[in-house]
Amino acid sequence: MRKSSEPQNEMVKGTLDMMVLRTLIGGDAHGHTIAKVIERSSEEILEVEQGSLYPALHRLEDRKWVSSYWGASENNRKAKYYRLTAEGCKQLVRETSRWRQMTRAIGLVMGEEGGAQ
Amino acid sequence: MSWMRFLHRKRSDSELQDEIDTFLMEETADNEARGMSPDQARRQARLKFGNAQKVRESLWVQNSPQLFTLIGRNVKYALRTLGRTPEFSIMAALIMALGIGATTSLFTIVRAVLLRPLPFRDPGNLVMLYEHYRQNTGGDGFNAVAPGDYRDWRSQTHSFEDMAAMRGYGGIISGVQSELPEVVQSAGGSANLFSLLGVLPVFGRTFTEAEDQARGQPVVLLTWSIFQRRFAGDPSIIGKQVHLDTIPTTVIGVLPSWFTYPDAKIQFWLPYAQTFSPGDYSMHDGHQSMVVARLKPGVSAEAATREVSALQYQIHVANASKPVAEDVWHRPMIDDLAKNVRTPLLVLLGAVGCMLLIACLNLTNLLVARSATRRREVAVRGALGGSRVVLICEQMTESLLICLAGGGLGLLLSLVSTYWLAAHWRNLPRAESVHVDGWVLTFMLALVVAAALLAGLVPAISSTGKGLLSGLRESSRTLGGGASRARLRETMLTAEIALTVVLLISATLLFKSFLHLRTTDLGCRVDHVITMKFGLPEIQYDTRDKVVRFHESLLERLRRLPGVRGAGLVSVPPGAGPSGDRVFSILERPAPSYNLQYDAIVLTADPQYFSVMQIPLLRGRVFTEHERLGNDHYIVVSKTFVDQYFTGDDPVGKHVRVGWDTKPEVYQILGEVGDTVNDITKPAPPTMYFPILSGIPDRTSEATIVAYTSADPLTMSMPIQRQISALEPELPVYNALTMDQILGKTSASQGFAANLVLAFAALSLLLAAVGLYGVLSYLTTQRTPDIGLRIAVGAQRSQLLRLVLFEGLRPALIGLIFGIAVSALATQLLRSMLYGTRPLDPVAFAGAATMLLAVAVMAGLVPAWRASRIDPIQALRTE
Repeated sequence: MRKSSEPQNEMVKGTLDMMVLRTLIGGDAHGHTIAKVIERSSEEILEVEQGSLYPALHRLEDRKWVSSYWGASENNRKAKYYRLTAEGCKQLVRETSRWRQMTRAIGLVMGEEGGAQ
Repeated sequence: MSWMRFLHRKRSDSELQDEIDTFLMEETADNEARGMSPDQARRQARLKFGNAQKVRESLWVQNSPQLFTLIGRNVKYALRTLGRTPEFSIMAALIMALGIGATTSLFTIVRAVLLRPLPFRDPGNLVMLYEHYRQNTGGDGFNAVAPGDYRDWRSQTHSFEDMAAMRGYGGIISGVQSELPEVVQSAGGSANLFSLLGVLPVFGRTFTEAEDQARGQPVVLLTWSIFQRRFAGDPSIIGKQVHLDTIPTTVIGVLPSWFTYPDAKIQFWLPYAQTFSPGDYSMHDGHQSMVVARLKPGVSAEAATREVSALQYQIHVANASKPVAEDVWHRPMIDDLAKNVRTPLLVLLGAVGCMLLIACLNLTNLLVARSATRRREVAVRGALGGSRVVLICEQMTESLLICLAGGGLGLLLSLVSTYWLAAHWRNLPRAESVHVDGWVLTFMLALVVAAALLAGLVPAISSTGKGLLSGLRESSRTLGGGASRARLRETMLTAEIALTVVLLISATLLFKSFLHLRTTDLGCRVDHVITMKFGLPEIQYDTRDKVVRFHESLLERLRRLPGVRGAGLVSVPPGAGPSGDRVFSILERPAPSYNLQYDAIVLTADPQYFSVMQIPLLRGRVFTEHERLGNDHYIVVSKTFVDQYFTGDDPVGKHVRVGWDTKPEVYQILGEVGDTVNDITKPAPPTMYFPILSGIPDRTSEATIVAYTSADPLTMSMPIQRQISALEPELPVYNALTMDQILGKTSASQGFAANLVLAFAALSLLLAAVGLYGVLSYLTTQRTPDIGLRIAVGAQRSQLLRLVLFEGLRPALIGLIFGIAVSALATQLLRSMLYGTRPLDPVAFAGAATMLLAVAVMAGLVPAWRASRIDPIQALRTE
């Protein structure tokens, strides 16, 4: 069920970077795969806008959290693969713990026992 | 980081293109796998991806620093606009270059002279100590210190860490065989002076306490300048001997090149005590020394000086009959050095500041005029959604570019002018430390930005203001927007004119003082007179007889010289600066109380000096050949002397008792002569002339030849020098100057400041005229239809001429009134630089006002005349 006009599939600001990094734990991937993985693992609730995915990837590369190389895709096409760097792992840990705190805090405010889960 | 990205953004864009392609193909393949037709699959993939162009754009923006691109765009745009009117741009940049360049130059000098700390150890703790007389007789209250006072202060007070003394001195330096004699300036410094200042010699050592005694071992410290010049920078001179005033003296050290204190003319230093005779070294009533003291940490200068001042009062009480000051005053060493140039420098800085402000206002004016012609463009852009900030930024970029160009040019200009100023400003202290450095560049950049803001903000805001839409609606006939703009321009013009008036009046006052000094009546003949100084070495010329024989044979030779119409000898010629003074009492009158101590300048002269110099004899007679050698107890006095001490009564035959170092002697007054001036900035002092033919070595061995010549006096300089060397081959002669040169020398620094301020004022006047002309032309163009209409309905052309002209003169008149009001206050600051005039001199005010009005009328006449010539049909048709 595709879900375009529903508000909850709009990405929360700043979380795209975190999710991209998380996705790359499973192995190197190119843009299409990353978008697909994020959509699939969110049970198709989140839709990755390509308009922000590619600038995000380049931004992460600038910050040395991912590195890139050109390789061949599953369909044997030229594709730019992204790989999580050690620095990127640390960043992911930081982001994740902040995210947990955040959702817990919001959950508390919303009256959910022990935070949102 | 994004710099690398920025530089590679073309490549990263093409990579992104590849990535996008990959995505689309993968997505298409996925869609096909889901069973879509190839076309459908490709279409869905594109739909999912969205606008690829937008992705590329957003990455492009992400890779370009926002500010940078914005600035780049503004600069490109501004350059294009400026390039469209090159004359305007060049004019504006030149005006700003003048303003910024002159201001930067003056700032460079002010910084070097007034602001930069002295190059000594911990210079903030150095103060100068002076004696202060409670019955202050003129001057600034800071008087030189007597050696006896200094020695008592140093040994008996403890509030300062240490204090050291120095004094100006002269001397003839020559080789050990008395070869190459050279008269140079020197100074005496106490043994602790250099360590107190924190100055280490480059070679050798400084004085020891044992050398700093009246009868100490004769030693000398060379300054870098004479070490390089005379000794070719050869350090082996240390420990060798030279002759100073024919005394064999050991060179013990060389001072560093940066040590040019108290001025760069000093060639060598002697131990302070050795510049005095043993008797004088402890005197309390001979004042010639400067005392520098270092503050103890945590002790204020006031508190420390109080202790010294208390001691000085005791010295004063103990020497009640002598001129000994009661108090001690102090001032920071850095202020002390700059005391004579502080006011002129600040005045000049103020003048260039005014000029810069005028230049800015002018640029503002020009920009406002331009923005009027672009009103529609701005209005259209505003209506299409251009943000006001962006539009203002764009116009600001324009003024910033003009100011930057002006600043660049101005920097070149100021490099040249700074060095010119430093080199031509006579007696500028610390002139050698004047140079452009990072601070000066920073200052200049700040000036550029400030000027750009000042000049750009007003037109930018006014042209993008609330009337955006009215700009669209405005037709050529309505004058609403134009009128408010014109008022803005008039206001700025008023300010510009007010500033110009201040400059003009100040310049007139300074120039008038300068002219006054140039034409000061010295009280003697000025044309065709050459003067030349020499000093007989007291070792060879040790008796009255020898000195007199030299003087008499020299005068005889000179008077026989063809081209010389008369020759005389005097210790110091008129206008050549101060000479020593002595206190005295008059036998026929009650003794003066201490506070009214009689005091007069002491000069020595030969019998013919008065007639050669045309100094009029008022009463009695002058010297004859009989007042010579032992028969010397006769004096001639000046008119001021008689007015002051005899209240104008006949002084002839009266007696004065003069206190020499040794013992008082009584002299009979022979006659009264006219006044001569020794410093043209001051009135003539009371003067006593003693007969130079007494030959007393330490009073008459230094003398100045004055020769009245029939031809150009400078051409006589060599023949006269030959007569001297015929008598005494090794005697150096110095200060060969005509009276005109002496006059020029003393008035030069006043003339310098006056000419500079005058130049600034002239430039400002020109700028104001340009501004006035610009505003009037603009107004006239704005009103062309209106004027055409007036002519069409029968207005006289002369009426129109008057109408436009008076409209133009209104800001000039208001500015003039403001300017005069401000000048009345501002010129008070000039007081110490004015001679023969005063801050509120009505002539100067009237002259400046007339000049400004004349220029304003001329600037207004052209547009007014053009307005009156408007062809009504043409004018009405242009709508």
